[in-house]
Amino acid sequence: MSNEAIMHGHANVISHDDVHHDEHHAHHHQSFITKYIFSQDHKTIGKQFLITGIIWGVIGGLFSVLFRLQLGFPDQTFPILETFFGHWAKGGVIQPEFYYALVTIHGTVLVFFVLTAGLSGTFANLLIPLQIGARDMASPFLNMLSYWFFFIASVIMFASLFVHTGPAAGGWTIYPPLSALHEAGDGSKIGMDLWLISMALFIVSSLLGGLNYITTILNMRTKGMSMTRMPLTMWAILFTAILGVLSFPVLLSGAILLLFDRNLGTSFYLSDIVVNGHILPNEGGSAILFQHLFWFLGHPEVYIILLPAMGMVSEILSVNSRKPIFGYMAMIGSLFAICILAFLVWAHHMFVTGLNPFLGSVFVLLTLLIAVPSAIKVFNWLTTLWKGNIRFTPGMLFAIGFVSLFISGGLTGLFLGNSTIDIHLHDTKFVVAHFHIVMGVASMFGMFAGIYHWFPKMFGRYLNNTLGYIHFWVTIIGAYLIFWPMHYEGLAGVPRRYLDLRGWHNFNKFDDLNKMITIVSMIVFAMQLMFIFNFFYSIFKGRKVRTQNPWGSNTLEWTTPINPGHGNWVGEIPEVHRWAYDYSKDGRDFIPQTEPIGADESKDH
Amino acid sequence: MVSDLKIENPNSSLREKGKKLHPHKFILWVAIGSILMMFAGLTSAYIVKSNQANWEDIKMPQIFWFSTGTILLSSLTIQMALRSFKQREMNRYRLLISVTAFLGVIFIILQWMGFQQLWNNGIQFEGVVGAGQFLYVIFGLHALHVFGGAIVLIVMVAKALFSNTKTYSSTGIEVAATYWHFVDALWIYLMVFFLWIR
Ligand code: HEM
Ligand SMILES: [Cu+2]
Repeated sequence: MSNEAIMHGHANVISHDDVHHDEHHAHHHQSFITKYIFSQDHKTIGKQFLITGIIWGVIGGLFSVLFRLQLGFPDQTFPILETFFGHWAKGGVIQPEFYYALVTIHGTVLVFFVLTAGLSGTFANLLIPLQIGARDMASPFLNMLSYWFFFIASVIMFASLFVHTGPAAGGWTIYPPLSALHEAGDGSKIGMDLWLISMALFIVSSLLGGLNYITTILNMRTKGMSMTRMPLTMWAILFTAILGVLSFPVLLSGAILLLFDRNLGTSFYLSDIVVNGHILPNEGGSAILFQHLFWFLGHPEVYIILLPAMGMVSEILSVNSRKPIFGYMAMIGSLFAICILAFLVWAHHMFVTGLNPFLGSVFVLLTLLIAVPSAIKVFNWLTTLWKGNIRFTPGMLFAIGFVSLFISGGLTGLFLGNSTIDIHLHDTKFVVAHFHIVMGVASMFGMFAGIYHWFPKMFGRYLNNTLGYIHFWVTIIGAYLIFWPMHYEGLAGVPRRYLDLRGWHNFNKFDDLNKMITIVSMIVFAMQLMFIFNFFYSIFKGRKVRTQNPWGSNTLEWTTPINPGHGNWVGEIPEVHRWAYDYSKDGRDFIPQTEPIGADESKDH
Repeated sequence: MVSDLKIENPNSSLREKGKKLHPHKFILWVAIGSILMMFAGLTSAYIVKSNQANWEDIKMPQIFWFSTGTILLSSLTIQMALRSFKQREMNRYRLLISVTAFLGVIFIILQWMGFQQLWNNGIQFEGVVGAGQFLYVIFGLHALHVFGGAIVLIVMVAKALFSNTKTYSSTGIEVAATYWHFVDALWIYLMVFFLWIR
């Protein structure tokens, strides 16, 4: 049936419903622009987020290769760098300002643009209406705006790379006073203002998106889709959106005060500062105040990045083990607990700021408490795999990889969460290792798992499997080779954010290790380029999907046509009769959510 | 499989009329929670700072009492506008909405005058940080939210005047009214906060 017919049928049904939005009428005659550019179809918006995220992924990844070159080969010169980057790499050596700019933009872009917008934006948009059984989001228009705010934020951040004094260079956490004073360095000039403006727009984008995700999940579920019948992806995205909606505004308020300090001469964060022998007039401010505001978002942000990956991994593990997810309610409960605790632990990033030790011990306790829901989740994933009839699709491998990384990285969190140990480990490579494994790489794996698993739904074609397997194995081995040794460096005291360690003789012993890390990171980066090739090639040339439900999955998205139009279902939206995890039940491989409970069905759900 | 389904409400089969919130209203409530978090962030920063050394207090300019009166009045007019809409007294509705938007603009002007008064009393950006600097930022952001609401109201009036399709659904105006009451209540909170915490 054509798209046209769907929308007509649809319009008939809803014309007497006060809930419908006029947006729905706009799709009778879609031009290229309304279909692919200013689209209000959640599936297209999801793809826009994904492709923009991929572009940022390449930029952010490339930057890490560049600064790894410096860390691995500080003695060598790379004339080619000067060809490309001019005075930033004078004589083929990465200059300090350039190094800091690279690190800062790498962190910002990967944390916010790739793993927040690219991950939540893609899968919340794609999956929410499809998995809860809705035609589209609560407000397709706000949803479109959400993408376009992200787009403008991206353009501004991208532009900041080309201004004469370079982009922001104060680290992704942009602590003042460094970030507040133009005099502090090139990276604190116009690049920093562009960073703040870009991030403010980005925050607006995530808020618009989050409002929609929450409202859609809570209000627009199809008949029979009670909250506890939703797939865990939906629960995870719901909690992610709640975290974002409550924590991003606080970062915004911190950023606004910073903009005032930078450009209007206030001193919210500034006090008693001397730059180049010149005493600044600022009096009475507190740089620590910024850290509180930043980490009140910053810690929930790491879970904003992680939870969608957790949700997708739960779903993909269950589908490909042909087993119900173990402990469905415990999974929801632990998501909830993580969500609450995420707001109560921010000061664990500030143990060495002179925080009152008594207060510090409260934060130690709350921080270590997060280990409980985390352990529950790990236990449930492993028990889901246990004795499963596992299908090792690339998506499944990445999901298993996620579990492995989450365990490794979570364990090091326990070290850091103890303030006494953290005094030694803070601002060392140990922290870098911790958060890259538990958040960075793990969430990347969740994202890859999601892309491999839902690519058939997005484009009606499969990604190439062989390239997928190569992608997985090289990436997981590479990720451990890159980040595992950093724990040892950190324990030995190697600081993070230093571009040259040659001054410390006892760190010489890490020279070869650092070379190895750099080489592996180049290989892993190349692998990601191969994945991107696979992605775009398969959109046009991949193997075609011929069955509606290629993975034998229970959830609603697989009841839509192979290439669903705007409105998702031809005719009515199916009704839901059961939870999403009836796999291998009563001798049947899987029972879709749309199938009514049979008279003699066994009772476990 | 699909054929044996009953007629469904495509946006939500769960929602029965009157029982569940309209999605747009729901979006607004979540947005309100979000905006509150921003002001909570700022006012907590204020509390933290006010307990530290070198804190400079201010005397609240009287003009802010007038703006309080204005915004309270505008809450009343928008509520009356909503009532007129429901009774389909469209002329009265348009008038009341315009008055509300106008009061919103007056409110912003009064805020601006209050800022000027403070500024002329020597509460400026440079130098020590205290209640005054926070006040500019916090009241300024609040005024921005009022401004956004006023724009929406003006668009609504324009739509009612120039569009030839009639709207019978009161959802739009209800959402606008809820938002307007929210910025009003937020203002009261901020006013009390600044008078109280020193
Ligand atoms: C058992 C669980 C965890 C504990 C106890 C824990 C504890 C900590 C502590 C204490 C720090 C601060 C270290 C320092 O700067 O000195 C830290 C840093 C960090 N953690 Fe965790 N963590 C845990 C899990 C996670 C998870 C699940 C994520 C992400 C999804 C995460 C992401 C981060 C990030 C991004 C940083 C570094 C931020 C920066 O300074 O740039 N952590 N963690
Ligand atoms: Cu944290």
